[in-house]
Amino acid sequence: MKLVRASFMRLRSLFHKEQLDRELDSELASHLDMHIEDNLRTGMTPEAARRDALLKLGGVEQIKEIYRGQRGLPMIETALQDLRFGFRMLRRSPGFSVLAILCLTLGIGANAAVFSWTEGILFRPYPAVIHQERLLALTGTARGESGPTAISWPDFLDLQRSSTLFDAFIVTKIMGTTLSVGDRAERTIGSIVSANYFDAIGVHPILGRGFEPGEDSGRNAHPVTVISYQLWQGRFKGDPEIVGKTQRLNGVLHTIVGVAPEGFYGTFVGWAMQFWVPASMEEIFEAGGYKLEDRGARWIEAYVRLKPGVTLQQAQQEISAVAQRLETDYPATNRGRGIKLWPLWQTPFNNAGTLLPTLEIMLAVAVFVLLIACANVGNLLLVRSIARRHEMTVRLAIGASRGRLVKQLVTEGLILAAFGAAGGLLVAHWCRHALVLLLPARGGVAMHLPGEIDWRVLALSAGVCLIATLLLGLVPVMQTRNLDLAGALKAESAGVVGGGGRAWVRSGLVVMQVSLSFVLLVGAGLLLQSLQRIRTTSPGFSTHEVLDTTVNLVSAGYDAQRARNFQDELLDRVKALPGVESAAFARMTPLSYGSFSSTPIAVDGYQPPPEEQPIVQYNEVGPDYFVTMGIPLVSGREFTRADDEKAALVAIVNETMAAQYWRRRNPIGERVQVKGRWVQVVGVAKDSKYQSVRETPTPFFYVPLRQNFAPGARLHIRTPLSPETMAAALVREVHALDGNLALFEVITLQEQVDRSTSPQLVAVTLVGVLGGLALLLAAVGLYGVMSYAVSQSTRELGLRMALGATPSHLLRLVMSRGLALTAAGIVGGAAVALASTRLLGYLLYKVSPRDPLAFGSALVVMTIASLAACFLPAWRATRIDPARALRD
Amino acid sequence: MGDKKDVWQGTLALMVLKTLETLGPLHGYGIARRIEQASGDLLSVNYGTLYPALLKLEQEGFISFEWGVSDNNRKAKYYKLTRAGRKQLEKEAREWEQTTAILARFLSSKEQAS
Repeated sequence: MKLVRASFMRLRSLFHKEQLDRELDSELASHLDMHIEDNLRTGMTPEAARRDALLKLGGVEQIKEIYRGQRGLPMIETALQDLRFGFRMLRRSPGFSVLAILCLTLGIGANAAVFSWTEGILFRPYPAVIHQERLLALTGTARGESGPTAISWPDFLDLQRSSTLFDAFIVTKIMGTTLSVGDRAERTIGSIVSANYFDAIGVHPILGRGFEPGEDSGRNAHPVTVISYQLWQGRFKGDPEIVGKTQRLNGVLHTIVGVAPEGFYGTFVGWAMQFWVPASMEEIFEAGGYKLEDRGARWIEAYVRLKPGVTLQQAQQEISAVAQRLETDYPATNRGRGIKLWPLWQTPFNNAGTLLPTLEIMLAVAVFVLLIACANVGNLLLVRSIARRHEMTVRLAIGASRGRLVKQLVTEGLILAAFGAAGGLLVAHWCRHALVLLLPARGGVAMHLPGEIDWRVLALSAGVCLIATLLLGLVPVMQTRNLDLAGALKAESAGVVGGGGRAWVRSGLVVMQVSLSFVLLVGAGLLLQSLQRIRTTSPGFSTHEVLDTTVNLVSAGYDAQRARNFQDELLDRVKALPGVESAAFARMTPLSYGSFSSTPIAVDGYQPPPEEQPIVQYNEVGPDYFVTMGIPLVSGREFTRADDEKAALVAIVNETMAAQYWRRRNPIGERVQVKGRWVQVVGVAKDSKYQSVRETPTPFFYVPLRQNFAPGARLHIRTPLSPETMAAALVREVHALDGNLALFEVITLQEQVDRSTSPQLVAVTLVGVLGGLALLLAAVGLYGVMSYAVSQSTRELGLRMALGATPSHLLRLVMSRGLALTAAGIVGGAAVALASTRLLGYLLYKVSPRDPLAFGSALVVMTIASLAACFLPAWRATRIDPARALRD
Repeated sequence: MGDKKDVWQGTLALMVLKTLETLGPLHGYGIARRIEQASGDLLSVNYGTLYPALLKLEQEGFISFEWGVSDNNRKAKYYKLTRAGRKQLEKEAREWEQTTAILARFLSSKEQAS
């Protein structure tokens, strides 16, 4: 209490300094007066009385100083003094200040931006959802398969029933549909969710309700939907009476029962959900029929929330135990199947998993850029501290302690870093949505990948800022350590190019900068090359001259028979269009988001290893598919119109499947069991890429679309015409058949491939941008050091000139000094790069981490940059007037 | 100053408080003189150190002040004891007496030392 009161009074005194000083003055004056009068009364002479009184009081200024120390908070007061002084110093050299703050803004901004992306995408991806820190992703695993799998609805219910360590189990499965409101049809994305979804994540609809218990059971029993705030505002114009109205979704009328709050985008990293339907409506939105009672149909993605205090390990143990029981209880469907929990930031089924490696690398790169920026500012400070040596020496000479000087210098560093941090946060704020710009919209729906600037990001940025301050403050502090009072008070002695101990620190900093930017250049080069490899690797089908589009028949309410007829008629009309070589329908476009059908298979004469159920993915394709796609057939025949519902069931397998299940035998004419029905193999197709360009050859097969009908099939057209030209013709043909149908965007397959490789593009772009930034900063640093060296050694250079050195000689002298620094930096950088580029691992595709081309081009770029940076100072050296240089 | 003792650390505050208790509100000069006189002129107060000490007591809430006019018509700062100061005085006086009593006993008991 006493302490609080005292500190409060001290704090208050900071603001009334002058008044309090005046009061003390008058108190001391009256003290003296009283003492003198007393002395006079005892008979002293006026002089003696005054002298005695002053003597007894002691040094007035000293008392005042002690008094002030007791009165206020000296620490704060000197800090304020330092701040004021620091600001004055920065204002006095605006060029330096602006450059330093700009460097720091870039450095801290890069960090803050990456922090905010990491926070918004990996750690707190769903701002409206409660207790995200306890949320985990839930997937299945299968023996013999490396990646995670989806989960079946019955398994999910069993997990939920048998586990005790969890607060909540929620299902959320992303799906798309066409939404027609009025005469506008648009692609939208929604989620199939469990009925507890909104309650479990603590999101309360602002209008109407969420889903009620039981609404996720019963085949197609509950056609209800909750729509997003954006959809409500955008498509429904904020209609306050929206609850209770109906909306056709994938052909089925749904009643809108609620509107989600603003700022809630669902629980899928990368996309903003527009509507939610309960799992009971799954069949309407998902391929493959009714799956709620089929333990073998794995389609859902799920999250769980741990009870407070439960660790991931404990939870995984419990879940694994349940999974094991399911394995014994249902061997037919669950043999070799497990369940795995993932931290949110590793969620494998959304873009968190895709962007994780990119963001990891970005963090490292951002730290590099910060280091380079700090080195630059350090160099600037160093140069300035030399200019300020006189000031420092004077302050030391009149009694300032070294600690006091250090405090002053650190305060100046802090001011710079604080400005840099403020600018950096601004940069991060601007860059919040930058990631989305790099990822193209898919199917007309823009991605949603916001950065999140919350207190954690602010705290981390503040931490970065503090580290920067310490780094910055330390440089000039090292200078004060070897200040020599006598020497420094004399005139500054003239330097020589590259001479002197201080130059060593500066050169060291430049070498470090060059090293770090070299590493970044190598990294950017490697990523660029692998992107190129990815984009030029043949996916196994033609990417040019093949267009892809679709017409949504399901949401228009077509039944299977009508859809079949429509497809046939449209195909005939499209094939008749000028410029069309061939056309075919297929359920899935390869490399698109979405999943192929998959089935457990059995093959005559193939004995699978025990405990393993071979599962293979397949596509449902129409006649002429292989011709249209440009996938060569190795043997056998293509599907024809004759392969319809009435004909014998047939399939075409790819080479990998043929090799794996028929070994050396020719599979043509053999049988394979698909979804419980025996099918005859009629052809073998070349391998191609199905889900990712980076995948290794996988078994895959095709069945005729007619024998496995899907109304939502995609239309592939082989034509040399551009997508725009084709789109216009297609719209005419579609409308000729049915004026109410909407055509989706028409894109080339190359565009499809590019979209599927966008994470690589993001990585390359970001590393490229930051690498360029680093290069620029390093060049500025080199330029600064070389300019300073030249300006400090004017006399030496003049002397050399007077003694007969030619301008080209001097040019070489300065340039060689700069290039020596660069060379040292490149050697260091190459060593670091050789040791560290394999960390790029996942992002590299068919490129060695030690690829000579990447190292070579980094070398060339770095050398050119440093030549450019050194040229101006070197040229200035040749312009020195020897007569003047020697006279001054 | 010769044989006079300087006021030693820590006791000045106690003396100030005691002086204010005995004499009521008083200015700094008066307090200093009073301490010297009360000690039978054995102590010499360094007047300069008195003012920071007064400030400290004020910050701790043991004394308060108001501006007044001295006997010879001068504006002066008059310090007076607060309620907390009175308590503090009692407490410190008691502690001081205990300390001196212990020390006295310790110094007088020769047999224990040998």
